[in-house]
Amino acid sequence: MPSSYHHEVPGGAAWSAPVRAGRLVTLTAQGADANAALLLFGADRLDRLNIPDTVKSQMSACVRPPMVLMSDRGLALARVVDSTLDWHDCLTGFGHDRHLRRFGPSSYAQHRNEWRRSARTGLVSELTKHGLGPADLHGCVNFFSKVAIADDPRASLTLVTGHAAAGDTVTLRTEQDVLVVLSTAPHPLSTADYAPAGVRVDVSPAPPADADDASAVFRAESARALEMTRRAQA
Amino acid sequence: MTAALDLVVAPGDGALITVPEGGRLRIVDLHGNQAVDTLLYDAADIDNRYSAFDTVREQGAVYLTTGSRLLSTALDELAVITDDTCGRHDTVGGACSQESNVIRYGEHTRHQHACRQTFLRYGAAKGIGQRQLGHNINFFMNVPVDAAGTLRFDDGLSAPGKHVELTASRDILVLISNCPQLNNPCNGWNPTAVQLIGWWA
Repeated sequence: MPSSYHHEVPGGAAWSAPVRAGRLVTLTAQGADANAALLLFGADRLDRLNIPDTVKSQMSACVRPPMVLMSDRGLALARVVDSTLDWHDCLTGFGHDRHLRRFGPSSYAQHRNEWRRSARTGLVSELTKHGLGPADLHGCVNFFSKVAIADDPRASLTLVTGHAAAGDTVTLRTEQDVLVVLSTAPHPLSTADYAPAGVRVDVSPAPPADADDASAVFRAESARALEMTRRAQA
Repeated sequence: MTAALDLVVAPGDGALITVPEGGRLRIVDLHGNQAVDTLLYDAADIDNRYSAFDTVREQGAVYLTTGSRLLSTALDELAVITDDTCGRHDTVGGACSQESNVIRYGEHTRHQHACRQTFLRYGAAKGIGQRQLGHNINFFMNVPVDAAGTLRFDDGLSAPGKHVELTASRDILVLISNCPQLNNPCNGWNPTAVQLIGWWA
């Protein structure tokens, strides 16, 4: 039996890890308004999470259980099996250095390991370790964040403060060997003081998924994505 | 000014156009309700490419229309929508691919033509491969989202002769797939030709 582990990603940091197929990955917010900007790559490290295909196939403008996270090449990367929150933003991307400018300059020399780095900087740093780079940046999920959509002519967007609290969770079930890349930098629409919350990651073996699992019966589209991954691993 | 470009793109075909800084590119929906899948690249660096979600976040709204600044993955302004007689355009629905067609409509659509092939075919001349295919704009396509967090593909808001116009903020490449999708209303169930008209020195 593969062993379980957990890792605490501090606020404002970035992290990446390969996770084998058939694992549960639970993210737990360690404070209010945590944000985990997450990218997901498939077993060959070229195929990657495709937010437009994920949302249009499942008729949702956000990520929530029991959606299936789908790749550029039409495979299921992971199922969203559980969450204490019913909305995880996937329409507003990750933050850039520009979003941290309001806090003034920051560097290692100045602030040692408390220096402020953007999600983009952290994600690119992690991607580069795996032979990837800026060209591989794609739409992310901002777990724990809600960006509300107004019913107005332009579908205006507003970050909801207080959406996530310490202890909120989301659990993914990996459907193939994936690379998880995440940043805990503040959401780019945040106007709060700089105090990003950390995120705990727990990885454990998943029980076999039943054919009537909530994701498999959610929509015909979700089931077909899972079937395509089954074929890719047959 | 005489047009520097006047090109009719057949349904299911594509184009790769270089638009110099200050140049204007008009896309005309000749027959109405025709999705035009579009990607933009900094002509000097194809990895500095159009970013749908950076564009959406920085304008604080989901739909694109006149005034929308089309930003790159490095937050550079690649172009601005300077004219729009349609009213709004989608940038969160992505492009169709053979693989996403299988997910959405079933295995029988596996070998139907899709935008991703057109993007890869026309992009190849400039080194644009699968890594460089970011999330695109769907001009003339109607993908309503709402406060409940639902998203759907609806009949278009466009009509014959409606157009949208971009003004390039730097030298850019515009990669276009005139969408061949037959399985949803994005092309009014009948893909048709569009016209590209460009004005630049």
